[in-house]
Amino acid sequence: MALLEVKNLGIQFGGLRAVDEFNLEIEKGALYGLIGPNGAGKTTVFNMLTGVYKPTDGDILLDGKSIIGKSQIDINKMGIARTFQNIRLFRQMSVLDNVKVGLHNQIKYSTVSGILKLPSYFKKEKEMNEKAMSLLEVFDLQGEADYLASNLPYGKQRKLEIARALATNPKLLLLDEPAAGMNPNETAELMETIQFVRKEFDMTVLLIEHDMRLVSGICEDLTVLNFGKVLAQGKTSEVLKNPEVITAYLGE
Amino acid sequence: MAKQKRVLKQSTKSDFITYAMLAVAFIVVEVLTFTGNISSLLSGLLVPLCAYSILAVSLNLVVGILGDLSLGHAGFMCIGAYVSAFFSVTCADAIPQTWLRFLIAILLGGTVAGIFGFLIGIPVLRLKGDYLAIVTLAFGEIIKNIVNLLFVGIDENGLHVSLESANALNLTENGKVIIKGALGITGTPRDANFVIGFILLVITVFVALNLINSRTGRAAMSIRDNRIAAESVGINVTKYKLIVFSVSAFFAGIAGVLYAHNLSSLTATTKNFGYNMSIMILVFVVLGGIGSTRGSIIAAVILTALPEVLRGLNDYRMLIYAIVLILLMLANNNEKLNAYKEKISITNLFKNKKAGNTLDKEANS
Amino acid sequence: MEFLSYLVSGISLGSIYALIALGYTMVYGIAKMLNFAHGDVIMVGAFVIFTVSTTWGLSPVVGVLISIVFCTLFGMLIEKVAYKPLRKASSLAVLITAIGVSYLLQNAAQLIFGSSTKSFTSVVNIPALRLFDGALVISGETIATIIISIIIMIALTLFINKTKPGRAMLAVAEDRGAAQLMGINVNATISLTFAIGSGLAAVAGALLCSAYPALSPTTGAMPGIKAFTAAVFGGIGSIPGAMIGGILLGVIENLSKGYISTQLSDAIVFAVLIIVLLVKPTGILGKKINEKV
Repeated sequence: MALLEVKNLGIQFGGLRAVDEFNLEIEKGALYGLIGPNGAGKTTVFNMLTGVYKPTDGDILLDGKSIIGKSQIDINKMGIARTFQNIRLFRQMSVLDNVKVGLHNQIKYSTVSGILKLPSYFKKEKEMNEKAMSLLEVFDLQGEADYLASNLPYGKQRKLEIARALATNPKLLLLDEPAAGMNPNETAELMETIQFVRKEFDMTVLLIEHDMRLVSGICEDLTVLNFGKVLAQGKTSEVLKNPEVITAYLGE
Repeated sequence: MAKQKRVLKQSTKSDFITYAMLAVAFIVVEVLTFTGNISSLLSGLLVPLCAYSILAVSLNLVVGILGDLSLGHAGFMCIGAYVSAFFSVTCADAIPQTWLRFLIAILLGGTVAGIFGFLIGIPVLRLKGDYLAIVTLAFGEIIKNIVNLLFVGIDENGLHVSLESANALNLTENGKVIIKGALGITGTPRDANFVIGFILLVITVFVALNLINSRTGRAAMSIRDNRIAAESVGINVTKYKLIVFSVSAFFAGIAGVLYAHNLSSLTATTKNFGYNMSIMILVFVVLGGIGSTRGSIIAAVILTALPEVLRGLNDYRMLIYAIVLILLMLANNNEKLNAYKEKISITNLFKNKKAGNTLDKEANS
Repeated sequence: MEFLSYLVSGISLGSIYALIALGYTMVYGIAKMLNFAHGDVIMVGAFVIFTVSTTWGLSPVVGVLISIVFCTLFGMLIEKVAYKPLRKASSLAVLITAIGVSYLLQNAAQLIFGSSTKSFTSVVNIPALRLFDGALVISGETIATIIISIIIMIALTLFINKTKPGRAMLAVAEDRGAAQLMGINVNATISLTFAIGSGLAAVAGALLCSAYPALSPTTGAMPGIKAFTAAVFGGIGSIPGAMIGGILLGVIENLSKGYISTQLSDAIVFAVLIIVLLVKPTGILGKKINEKV
């Protein structure tokens, strides 16, 4: 059984059919790409997968369980975590605290033990710090742990967002344009990191990206979205040769 | 993991400075009192200063940590004051031990205010920004308005409540009217003193700082910084907003208990429990640096003491207060001045890059 | 008949709230700030009239005209000195500054005029209207208030939708940056907004103190808060919203005074506001803002 199964997903905004008859199957451990021109509905798909938007029709199954109608919070708890196209960090909090917020539902203690600093507070905080630092080390952010998140350079902010999403211990990681705004060196580094994350955490990754080098470099499978509909689906190398896809991207 | 220790140390260090500041203030006041060097003006201000500091620290939890603008904080103070004064007057004979009676009064006032905070929070905290501000202001005004019409009496048949008049209570001969509408409550035992007020302030600071540095506080701050991202990592927004709002209301209630037990007669006016007071507390929080517990206390003390210190200037003192307030805000947000400040302070060059206790201006956006 | 009487005076009171609410809502829409000192401009305007007609003995009409001019300039001055330097500051910083300005105006007025309540001579000289054999008496102040408010609201709507500066105000309210790129002088537009809002406050002050002839340094505070409530009620930032919100608020207040309880009327007004906002979180005519994810 596939980890993620999306069946005939569609959403209507007023008169606009933003996504229509969208189907997708992602196996556990896959590194899957979702591409398409601007406005094709890629982020809308992400928003439906994470519960920000409620789909008008269709079904989404994670590990065989439907997530339709569930809140963002419950969907995250069920195992989907994401990053955002326009970076959404907790800007006034430290880099470490950003990741610790991600650990919120992983390592718990009550408000009362926090206020009274009971032994469980110290124990769990220590556990959180260690876990968070090890995640930061994966992204080479351990040196900036006590910086304000807003003071990080752009590329590192994107990495921190991934670290935060990973902290929620997801089964499926959604990355919305992780390489946007990065220079070629940073992108190359990011590609390595994504592959490392997949191996290290046994993670399944679905990513939206415009950078074709990244997509062809690390994604095994691709879905191309155009005007809210699937234009092509399959192995990356084959999809990218598809004349329709080339037309959609480069024009006539 | 040397790094990790440093992070832990940073918030601990800031908290330590706050406690040290409180300890020094306490010692100075006690020494002045013992040597008889304290003016009657200042000694009369000590309990209110504690109450205002508690209010500022508790409102800072909502404004600075939760990032929500509340203009109804005085309403919770009002509830704490009335509930506790009612209790103390009613049970003055039944519980002769002052400490026990006052302890119960404190817990009762805080708890009832906290419950109101929770109940009001459920519908209200869905609103954002200025809409939340006006609705909390409205709740504060409603509380003040109703308290002014409230008559409560007690006789052998129990409690009697009316919104019309004392006669409508239908008390028996032995009955006693305790809350007398606009005349409020009289004969409250003056159980509050500086030491108790100071202990309550320390407890408030302790709870506030520990809350901020805990899992709960981080959840609240993540909602403040980016609600959508907070939900995406599984933070239950409503739950944490309610927790922080209720804790804040609880301590506002305790400040009300202090306030009520420092005066023998209690009435609800625009000045003490109306939106004017709520705004005053907000001014403490903003001038103290949004998000900073220590700053809230410092601002509360200075701005409460300032009009009193200026008393010699008589009619001009409130005018000067207003001008100082405006100039402070203008100076705080003056780019050239801020750039200059950074230049002359080398430590700032390092500090500004790090996460400290003070937050940037955009905390509320 | 009793109901009609409460209704008419409610509409009259509501019109005054609407005039003040317009100032709140326009400033909010364009400068994105809660101008807490707006209510106190009413008081300033009323004191100008009081000085000109009672102290100097000139005609009330001259008093009103001088008051409007004074408040218009005064509003622009406040904006330039206290708010303009804070364009880039947080909304909370601007809010606190506005509170400071409010304290300043109240205390300056107290220094100049004393804290005692002055009796304000009505500036309206219209006989009361007696209908149904005197069963319904509508005072001259009520008539004047309603007529003047209607004229002002129509004129303001025309000004904003039909003239170039008016449309510039709409543009700045919609997107300040884009408006600037289109060549609109944003600073001048904001200044104009404060000028109009303060001018309206002067008119509101004249009408308010004619209907309720007591003037003190805190006269403007409560009507200011009520008008702010009205603006939020109608959907802050929306001009028709402020008009509807103001009138509804006045009517609700007067009807609850008449039928329920005078002392509870404020609580009822605020309770209605809370209910409206819980049902419609951005007010009656407020725009729903969806954050793009």
